[in-house]
Amino acid sequence: MKLTLKIWRQKNAADKGGFVTYVADHVSKDMSFLEMLDVLNDQLTEKGEDPVHFDHDCREGICGMCSLYINGKPHGPLQTTTCQLHMRSFSDGETITIEPWRAKAFPVVKDLVVNRSAFDRIIQAGGYVSVNTGGVPDANEIPIPKTVADLAMDAAQCIGCGACVAACKNASAMLFTSAKVSQLALLPQGQVERKTRAEKMVAQMDAEGFGACTNTGACEAECPKGISITNIARMNREYFSAVVSSDNM
Amino acid sequence: MILDSKIPAGPLAEKWTKHKFNSKLVNPANKRKYDVIVVGTGLAGASAAASLAELGYNVKAFCFQDSPRRAHSIAAQGGINAAKNYQNDGDSIYRLFYDTIKGGDYRAREGNVYRLAEVSVKIIDQCVAQGVPFAREYGGLLANRSFGGAQVSRTFYARGQTGQQLLLGAYSALSRQVANGKVKLFPRTEMMDLVVIDGQAKGIVTRNLITGAVETHAAHAVLLCTGGYGNVFFLSTNAMGSNVTAAWRAHKRGAYFANPCFTQIHPTCIPVSGDHQSKLTLMSESLRNDGRVWVPATQEIAEKLRKGQIKANDIKEEERDYFLERKYPSFGNLVPRDVASRNAKYVCDEGRGVNETGEAVFLDFRDAIKRDTRKIIEQKYGNLFDMYKQITGEDPYEMPMMIYPAVHYTMGGLWVDYNLMTTVPGLYALGEANFSEHGANRLGASALMQGLADGYFVIPYTVGDYLAQLAPTKVDENHPEFARAKEEVKQGIERILKINGTKPVDYFHKKLGKIMWDKCGMARTESGLKEAKAEIQALKKEFWSNVKVLGTNEELNQTLEKANRVADFLELGELMVDDALNRNESCGGHFREEYQTPDGEALRDDENYAYVAAWKYLGEGKEEELVKEELVFENVKLTQRSYK
Amino acid sequence: MTWVTKTLQSSLGRKLIMALTGLFLILFLTGHVSGNLLLFKGDGGQAFNMYAKFMTTNPGVKLLSYLTYISVIGHVIYSIFLTQQNKSARPVSYSTSNGSSNSAWSSRNMGVLGTIILIFLVVHLQGFWYQMHWGNVPTVEYEGETYKNLFEIVSFAFQNGLLVGGYVLAMVFLAFHLSHGFASAFQTLGLNHKKYSPAIKAIGQVYCVVVPALFASMPLYIYFTS
Repeated sequence: MKLTLKIWRQKNAADKGGFVTYVADHVSKDMSFLEMLDVLNDQLTEKGEDPVHFDHDCREGICGMCSLYINGKPHGPLQTTTCQLHMRSFSDGETITIEPWRAKAFPVVKDLVVNRSAFDRIIQAGGYVSVNTGGVPDANEIPIPKTVADLAMDAAQCIGCGACVAACKNASAMLFTSAKVSQLALLPQGQVERKTRAEKMVAQMDAEGFGACTNTGACEAECPKGISITNIARMNREYFSAVVSSDNM
Repeated sequence: MILDSKIPAGPLAEKWTKHKFNSKLVNPANKRKYDVIVVGTGLAGASAAASLAELGYNVKAFCFQDSPRRAHSIAAQGGINAAKNYQNDGDSIYRLFYDTIKGGDYRAREGNVYRLAEVSVKIIDQCVAQGVPFAREYGGLLANRSFGGAQVSRTFYARGQTGQQLLLGAYSALSRQVANGKVKLFPRTEMMDLVVIDGQAKGIVTRNLITGAVETHAAHAVLLCTGGYGNVFFLSTNAMGSNVTAAWRAHKRGAYFANPCFTQIHPTCIPVSGDHQSKLTLMSESLRNDGRVWVPATQEIAEKLRKGQIKANDIKEEERDYFLERKYPSFGNLVPRDVASRNAKYVCDEGRGVNETGEAVFLDFRDAIKRDTRKIIEQKYGNLFDMYKQITGEDPYEMPMMIYPAVHYTMGGLWVDYNLMTTVPGLYALGEANFSEHGANRLGASALMQGLADGYFVIPYTVGDYLAQLAPTKVDENHPEFARAKEEVKQGIERILKINGTKPVDYFHKKLGKIMWDKCGMARTESGLKEAKAEIQALKKEFWSNVKVLGTNEELNQTLEKANRVADFLELGELMVDDALNRNESCGGHFREEYQTPDGEALRDDENYAYVAAWKYLGEGKEEELVKEELVFENVKLTQRSYK
Repeated sequence: MTWVTKTLQSSLGRKLIMALTGLFLILFLTGHVSGNLLLFKGDGGQAFNMYAKFMTTNPGVKLLSYLTYISVIGHVIYSIFLTQQNKSARPVSYSTSNGSSNSAWSSRNMGVLGTIILIFLVVHLQGFWYQMHWGNVPTVEYEGETYKNLFEIVSFAFQNGLLVGGYVLAMVFLAFHLSHGFASAFQTLGLNHKKYSPAIKAIGQVYCVVVPALFASMPLYIYFTS
């Protein structure tokens, strides 16, 4: 396959950046999208040009490090992570536009690499159960209905890649934040800090400069882990009941 | 130097309790006066950093990823073992201990392994309390499964994403301490060197991957939780960024490296599809419960298959060789990982491999679908089948899957004593980065157990014991050793940037990987290893004269990062070969073709090789010195594994 | 800042206002369309005019109407706040964006649809509501009592094909606005349940077609029957 790649190049956060067009020859349909970029980078290196920087690590769809906005969609045409996207999803002669995630809260670091530490700060605001190591009850002390555990697991699957933010027309982080709020609101272990958690995580999400939710459902449609927007509804419920009933002024 | 494992005396079951009691304690008011550096934020690192911060120590946590949550522990699928005996099926701490020692082919320490089994039960309690959504039964209690051929159901799991859920649990505990101000987080920061003052680890040198700034950090103790070194093979199931740099540079500063040649090869990975391949993807081992492994009975049929003249389904039953079922009638397709892997290699070496490259065998679900219906198979393995189809473009419901072994885990690592301290006082190694618990072969679902055991339940006691012996005064970062180490790191970076050769970094990494895979992989021979050593030395020379790294240090430079790591892999590769050459026996993941039973099984030599091979770095270009730690078995009897 | 103002400034608080005012306006539309159905009665506008008088004089209805004004204003103001927040959340936009593959057009254009509806609302209020309250409306007597003959105003206005076209078009926009807004309001309030949410969605889809269609049929009916 022969492809034309329109890739966003930006030297650093301060640089303005712009698109550069490359031609990728001899692309095999069995290559993953990132392997296609690896090959391009080796060619660029041999020519003495700076290789294209992009985030990636596990390359098996679980670490959440890879990103890329490909032809107008986060992680490209399939509902997977970019590392699990293969070139057979494209056709010979196609032009592919590759951009970084775009959000105020995800500033570009270089080329296609963005800074997603806003997500870490949202978790730091309350995405945990405050138990120290040791001194916890036996694991089977509190039975949890299977359906509840399964729902919590559905939410807990989030890989924190940021595709929800990238897909959302408002660059909203509601799906990400709600997945964690939801998981811990469902489980008995999360009850003690339930109200404070919802309040604090939402406040942090806003402070990071993410947009609000218009319920378009784009996040859910693009989430590589299929996290449902019912989690957003649950977070809204958690938040509203928390603000009217919690002791936090 | 004689290696002292510091295993406490006394009955096995009392060692850890006694040791904890004998460990010195740091006064609660003094804890805030001690600084601890944790490098790596996987299961071991995140759990250690969180637990130490909870105790009151000041922790600095470093990871090269953009967030601690991305560490490669996240990719573990299967589960985590714990001797809870919730299933009433005869499990116990002793049985988990025994299985682990035996599974490791008797090359691990009894004391360490028993402690691991002992604290395993507390890990599950801890994780549940954090909100880890383990699988449950309808009655609301935790579900278990049997894993990797174990005779009891002791594996806890969260769908096929157990590693992810456990890591996110540890990450949440870590995040809480970041919010409390007890942990300072340094993402996108790579450890480049260890600072040793008067023989004690006192800090590290790091490179900020965004700005390139080389900085020093001082602390009373340094914990390396930096994972394994499987990426020395270039192709492995490790993440692209997984590397040995932190451990290797610590090794060069005096930490012994133990059993480097012990590598685990996982039998069920998706085969390589071409030169562009960047990594290998593991398919859960559970597939072998229902899938049948086979290749064509003759080379001729395989030849036709490779050329695409026939398809797998065209091959008649009598022309198929279910080689695992044939050779191991009682265990069949469920033989341990190393046995399954090696046999796949044999049939492919015979020219009976089934894909274009000739390096793949079939894993066939045809009979299982016939027996159980497609629906049931879909329920059991649906997500795995989808993943396979995603990657290969073939439908495993219609055509048999193709699989091939791939490097998955490294049992070797920095030598540590019972306290997880390396040979450099104040420097600890946890999780896959150390060598201690799995011997020559790791059992399924035991890696997660070890990472969390070390971080949550071992290190808080053993680090305390060490710190209690140090004065509660700040480590002086103005000590000339810090400046010197920093300068050396800068020079090293400059040296790489100045080469400006003609070949990209991956060229060298791929070449190294091929040497390692061919000659220090699933089956090793003396002559092959000797060739490998010479080839690696030549490659290393070529690397330092012909690698091409563009750009500068003062920016995000992923090629430079890679080059630094590959430089260390080149040195480690040679040590692995040395270690494999030294170990004139076959055990676990280390199979020397010269040492096998008449029917082709691994032949251990307990008389001469029941020791830990720890290697001491003696300087650039010098052969490393072997220091032995004899293994003492007081509780288990050494037997030959048999799966016939 | 008290917890109330803090909440109302949060993105979820803002959305709460949008949902509550939106749902109230949906209730309003339901009432409005049911009353206006009297236009079809064929009694020369008597029932309609009596209804109009009731609506402008009854104290209970007055209260409701104030709530409606507040809802409209609140809905508009908070939509401006939210739009500002949402725009600033993505200072650099994508060069290529394929939104249609993951979301409905209406859901991505609520602001545009709302703005058009707002313009319509101004025209609509000026034409009828303002006239009814402060304009020069001819009167008519039924059973000895005097009523403002709003029916005549309406009948006259909808002789104008252009206006009728505008009204019909506005209702199309309203339909799209409601097609997303109805279920979205429930989602924002957190009223999501696997038993009831499908029903809410279905009702929303019926509602967003039926109500605007009924509204649109009124000018069309008058235009074609007079």
